This record gives sequence, C-alpha cells and structure tokens, in this order.
Amino acid sequence: MNKAIITVVGRDTVGIIARVCTYLSNHHVNVLDISQTIIDGFFNMMMIVDYADADREFGDIVNDLDAIGEGIGVRIRCQREEIFTKMHRV
Amino acid sequence: MLNIMEVHETNQMIEQEKLDVRTITMGISLLDCVAGDVDGTCARIYDKITTCARDLVSTGKAIERDYGIPIVNKRITVTPISLVGGSVCRTSEDFVAIAHALDKAAQQVGVDLIGGYSALVSKSMTKADELLIRSLPQALSQTDIVCSSVNVGSTKTGIDMDAVELLGHIVKDISYRTRDTDSYGCVKFVAFCNAPDDNPFMAGGFHGVTEGDAVINVGVSGPGVVSRALDAATGKDFEFLCETIKRTAFKITRVGQLVAQEASRRLGVPFGIIDLSLAPTPAVGDSVGEVLEKIGIGQVGAPGTTAALAMLNDQVKKGGIMASSYVGGLSGAFIPVSEDKNMIDAATSGCLSIEKLEAMTCVCSVGLDMIAIPGDTEASTISGIMADEAAIGMINQKTTAVRLIPVYGKTVGEMANFGGLMGYAPIIPVNRTDCSAFVTRGGRIPAPIHSFKN
Repeated sequence: MNKAIITVVGRDTVGIIARVCTYLSNHHVNVLDISQTIIDGFFNMMMIVDYADADREFGDIVNDLDAIGEGIGVRIRCQREEIFTKMHRV
Repeated sequence: MLNIMEVHETNQMIEQEKLDVRTITMGISLLDCVAGDVDGTCARIYDKITTCARDLVSTGKAIERDYGIPIVNKRITVTPISLVGGSVCRTSEDFVAIAHALDKAAQQVGVDLIGGYSALVSKSMTKADELLIRSLPQALSQTDIVCSSVNVGSTKTGIDMDAVELLGHIVKDISYRTRDTDSYGCVKFVAFCNAPDDNPFMAGGFHGVTEGDAVINVGVSGPGVVSRALDAATGKDFEFLCETIKRTAFKITRVGQLVAQEASRRLGVPFGIIDLSLAPTPAVGDSVGEVLEKIGIGQVGAPGTTAALAMLNDQVKKGGIMASSYVGGLSGAFIPVSEDKNMIDAATSGCLSIEKLEAMTCVCSVGLDMIAIPGDTEASTISGIMADEAAIGMINQKTTAVRLIPVYGKTVGEMANFGGLMGYAPIIPVNRTDCSAFVTRGGRIPAPIHSFKN
C-alpha cells in the first residue's frame, strides 16, 4: 500500500468531491478515508488514498489534481503520507 | 490514523509559516581527482562532480513535489581544495583554474552553490594553503557560485594568527574586486574556528577529510514556524516557552530527516547528518530576530537578547536531537544580519551593534555573519575581529565564524544589497582603534589549557 494525503482547501462549491473522486477512480487510486471540516471559515477536506495500483506516476497525479483545483477555484494538494506521519507520530 | 487537524497543521507550516528544507547538500570527496597537472586535475574534478551530482537537482525537485515541502537549495560541498590541488598547483593562478572547474561543474548540474574552495590552517599554513588563500580575490571575483572557507583555529590547535592577519588583507581585496556588486565576493567567504566537517550550509560548507566518498547532508529551517508557535506562549513562563520551542523543533527536524533519507535512497548516496539550524531569510515572518522578540525582547540587541538566544538555541537542539539519528553541522540558531528582517531593522535603528552580535555568538551556533561594515575598515581591524571571534570558539569548544562584508565605497548608514536570500544590510560601525601591533606579531596563539584532555 502506498498512502497519500489529498487535501482540498477553499470555498465550498458543488461537486468538489465528485471531481476529485472521478479523477481518482479513472486512475485506479483507492480512497481509504474522507473527512472534512471548516477551519478559519474555509472548507477543508482530507482524503487518505492508496496509489499503489495507480496507472499514472505519483508526480503526474500531484500535477493533475493541482490543475483540477485551479479549474474549480480551490487548492488541492496531494502529498505522500510520510511527511505527516513523521511529523506527528513518534 | 492521521486526523485532519494534523494534516492542516503541517500544511499551515509550509504555506503560511514558511517551513522549508533549506538545503540538500551532497558532499563529494575529490581526493581521488589529483592528476599529474592542473588541467588534468580540473578535468577529473569536473567529471567527478558532474557524475556524482548529475541527478541531485532533479531528485530534490521530485521530493519537493511528492511531499509538498519546498527544498530551497541544492548544493555541493567538496574536499578542501588546498588539499586536492596541493601537489599540482604552483601558483595562485593554478588554484583559480580549479575554482573555475568547480564553478563550471556546479553550473552544469544546476546547483545553487558549491563550497569547499577551502583551506584548513588551524595550526599553520602549508605552501598550498597560502597560495589558495592568496588566490581568493581572483577566484571569488571571477566565479559565480563557488564558496570558500578557511579554518583559522581550533580548540585543539590554537589560532593561526599568520592566517588571520593575511585574511584581513584578503577580505579587503575581495571587497575591492567585487566593488560593483556591493562587495558581493565577501558574501562567499567565511573564516572559521572549529569548522565542522559536515556543514551543509554556505558559505562555510566543505566535505571534510574524515568523510566518505559521497554523502547527503540536509539543513532544515523554520524560524517562522517557531515564531508562530510562540504566539501561544505569550505571557507564559519559561517552562511552557521551552516546551513549545522543543516540540516545534522536533517537528521541523523530522521533516528534514524524512527528506534526507529519501534523497539518500533515491540518489544511492549515504545519509550523513541533519543540521538543525534555524536559518532565517529576509522575508517577513521568517526571522530568528522575530522569535527573540516574541520571547520578550523589545528589539534584537536589547538587554536580555543573549540569554534569550542561548535558551532558544538550546531548546532547538533538545527538540531536534531526538528527531534524527544523526545530527551534525552547525545545528543551532543562525544570526546572519542581512538575511533576517528583524535583525536588519535592529541594526538600522542602532539597537544591534557588532559588539552585541559578538556576545550573541558565544551562545548560538555560528558567528558574526553577513555583517556589512564600512569599506575603508583597516585590514588589521578585520583581522582583530576574526581573532576575537576565533578565540570565543577556541575557548568555548564551539564553532565560530566571521563573514564580514567591508562594502567598498560605502560607509556607516548606507545600505548594501546582496540580492535574494543573501538579503540587504545597513553598514554598521566597527571600533576602529588600532590593533595592528597585535595581529602582526606573527605565529600562533597556543591551544588553551582545556584542550589537553588526554
């Protein structure tokens, strides 16, 4: 399993999750968990995904999601999980 | 499993608080590059660097993208060139040829800076060491990204005052030869006492002779993150303050450790050390000075500054040291004046003097760093300041350094601009009382009594 964290930050609009999930499904990225909350008035969504079977390079997925985010006016980041686990888990 | 607040905290650090990995530095040994003549040696050096570091920049960029963490610089350090060129260089010009080879190789692989045009002369200079030192004005004015350092002293050997005296003149000459760019050449040179072998930061980085063939060292940063964390400590006692700094330093260092291990794995080069330094940039909110001010100092330089810095430096080490298996380099808080917004402001207002900076260097990781002084400062005064700083390092068994920029043609109150991360600085006064009879005595200051531990 290769886990990554996708975060979406911005104004809440219809179809954000749908757009991201459609992309992930098209490229065989499996969604393991989704949570969302409002922080400082902004919509925050976090997905934990497994990209072990993805048909695209991880770097390309990062760029694609960034472009999708730009298209709908939100910030979408996709980062490998270790940066978070290293920082927050001893 | 990770929760959304933790993920948010990390990304907040990166996006709002300027958390970054300051540098991935590949150390490369050039000891096997010595050929029969200067040209042959230059060719081997060029080939070795461009082979070893071929993928350094692209790997750094890929790690940046995969983890979403900026890696500001990719750099190279090499074996001190006075050792590499010792058997083939007969003149200073021969050493300058090697500087050009380093510059060309570094530009070819796309790194930001290459360090190691250096000499280790803490007891005394060899002929080659002296030739290299005398080549510095030419080498640093003719190349773009070559950095140089000279280790003039150590706790074990004392201070080589002949080298210190010579370097006063050399710094002045570098200043003159790069007068069109606010004496930028001096930004690329630092004099050390107790220089570490594995420093990933510039201008003082070199690949020590105790190191292996190649190594990856990583320098972390993050004064902005510490500063933001201290907002929660306003009005609280020292225990709370220290806990906050330690916890933050731990988190920052873990990111550095991850990046270092990943770079090491992808490049197939062993991981050396993490340097835990808090390295500021001239950007607002990325300042060690701001951290000191949040601790409670009205402006950097005010009474209490040294104590606050000592505490900050110690807590950064305590927090960071558990986050990585191998900590080395300089590891502490940097106080480069021109690279730190709040220190620039304090120097401009007159609150921060060179004497207070000297006191601060007794308790933090480096020394008098990126300080612009009047261009007509005497060479002996520069040597005197270097000797003072080296003495602090020698007696306290710590690394100290001097990177002064006598800005040619400018004087107190004017501003020097070095551009980019090197920042800008007001030219501050130095004590011009004559010390030439001291620095020209010749010979060396003996090793201190506490160096005899055997």
